[in-house]
Amino acid sequence: MRKKLLINLAMVLVIPGFLFTVSCAKKTIRADTSLTQQAEDEAAAEKAKQAIEEQRLQEETERKATARNMFLNEDIFFEFDSAVLLAEAQAILKKKAEWLINNPDVTATVEGHCDERGTNEYNLALGDRRAASAKTFLMDLGISGSRLTYISYGEERPVDPGHNEEAWAKNRRGHLTIN
Amino acid sequence: MKKCYIKTICLIIILSFVVGTGICRGGYDYIDITHPFLRKIPIAIPVFKKIYSGDAAERLSKTASDLLSESLEFTGYFKILDREAFLVDMQTVTSLANVNFHNWTSIGAELLVTGGVLIEGNQVEMELRLYDTFKEKLLVGKRYKGLIKNQRKIVRRFCSEIVFILTGDKGFFNSEIAFVSKSSGNKEIYICEFDGYNPRQITHLKSITLSPAWSSDGKWLAYTSYAKGNPDLYIKHLRQKRGAVISKKGINITPAWVPNKFALAATLSFSGDPEIYLLTGTGKVINRLTKKRGIDLSPSWSPDGKHMAFVSKRPGTPQVYIKNISSGAVRRLTFQGRYNTQPSWSPKGDKVAYAGMGNGRNNIFVIGIDGQGPIQLTHDQGDNEAPSWSPDGSLIVFSSTREGPSRIYVMTAYGTDQRRLLALEGEQTEPDWSPGMVNN
Repeated sequence: MRKKLLINLAMVLVIPGFLFTVSCAKKTIRADTSLTQQAEDEAAAEKAKQAIEEQRLQEETERKATARNMFLNEDIFFEFDSAVLLAEAQAILKKKAEWLINNPDVTATVEGHCDERGTNEYNLALGDRRAASAKTFLMDLGISGSRLTYISYGEERPVDPGHNEEAWAKNRRGHLTIN
Repeated sequence: MKKCYIKTICLIIILSFVVGTGICRGGYDYIDITHPFLRKIPIAIPVFKKIYSGDAAERLSKTASDLLSESLEFTGYFKILDREAFLVDMQTVTSLANVNFHNWTSIGAELLVTGGVLIEGNQVEMELRLYDTFKEKLLVGKRYKGLIKNQRKIVRRFCSEIVFILTGDKGFFNSEIAFVSKSSGNKEIYICEFDGYNPRQITHLKSITLSPAWSSDGKWLAYTSYAKGNPDLYIKHLRQKRGAVISKKGINITPAWVPNKFALAATLSFSGDPEIYLLTGTGKVINRLTKKRGIDLSPSWSPDGKHMAFVSKRPGTPQVYIKNISSGAVRRLTFQGRYNTQPSWSPKGDKVAYAGMGNGRNNIFVIGIDGQGPIQLTHDQGDNEAPSWSPDGSLIVFSSTREGPSRIYVMTAYGTDQRRLLALEGEQTEPDWSPGMVNN
């Protein structure tokens, strides 16, 4: 009787154990395949994520470059014998100020230029006024004066060498450069 | 350089001879000072006589007499008579001192210059005389001796004598003109003689260099240059390595030397506004001369240094103003037009020349300091800018685009006899005429 009990006990312990083992083994195999699958999925996801990230970075770089180029290339224009900032010039300067806020390490120079019609000396002073008014406007938008210098080139550096209103309009400009 | 200069002076020995006692400038108005260019005086300048024949003397007698003709013609006072019409060949006359005046009056000459040339080694001796042919009188006669290569100097000394006898002023024959030229690819300062002869590059800054201004002793030149990035003011001695650079924040431009002082006015914008300051010759600020907000620039001194003309935008457009330095009073001089800049005070003190814009073009105007006028001197020929008076006040040098690129031109103070002074490669701008005695 006692012997039968022991066998029964053994059966109780072994069979589920066996069963467990079997199921375990089976489960392990299944788990292995799913792990591989998962790794592959994860790798793909990672790759996709990286691609997205890369694209994002590239877009970011492009966006930054565009913003930088806009900052550098988008000139403001003036009327003849005037250093008054027109509405369009103010809008452009606001974008430039935004860029300067987003790029706090940058220091910039404001250049003042004139068309050829006035006389050389007066144009040096007018260019000085133009650059100074653009600088003051940027400072009013929160850019520290210590980040901005300005210089007048008078009529000495035209972008368009023509002798007509079209050329003059292009040459009466304020231009920003990064130091 | 200085040694060489003294040597030149010593070599040119001037001997006056037989100047009649009756020579009195006031006695006969050869040149009407109020309308000096209205009637040009017919003058005969035959080729100088070679005292001993020889190739060198042959050449020199021709070049020296031609130079004398050109130099006198440059003044605008004379009509140089054609040598083809002359009745006498100077080479055949026995004595230079005996002139048959009828030979000259009959071809319409009112004045006659005769010359004799003697060459010995590298030395030349020139005997030059000016006659009034109608009065049959010697007006001035001089004998000069010097190196052959200094023949220009000799001829010009005698030109000064001629002009002095006729006008009471020594003229501009020892003067020079500074200007800006882009011949090298960059704007640099150049200097040439009054007639455009011997242009030479003075600065080699390879940048943008502008607005040369002579000191009244002719020894210093001030100008603006971007050589160090910013438009700075340079004050340089022309023969010695001395000078100063004013490099304040903003523009440092439009220098103008105070007559007979080692000081200058210039426009500086370090205060945040272009204003005119008085500076020492070493570049230290003495005081501020303009006080109005807005552009003030381009000072030009009256000959006595008591007044300063300048440009101000205080009425809304650039106009010429005059400031009395001792009282501080400022008055507006120009009222015609909406853009009047570049004032240049005449050496006689009674007028200011300036560039005025009309229909988008700049032209040269002259206005009395009492506001009388203004008279327009250039018309319908490109842009005409940057007037500057000859030291005797008889001529005005300026820049013009009448033939395309900007070049340097000269005209009489009344706008007659406009001609190009020189043409170098690239543009030439901003001429400034030196005081009377430079380089002699």
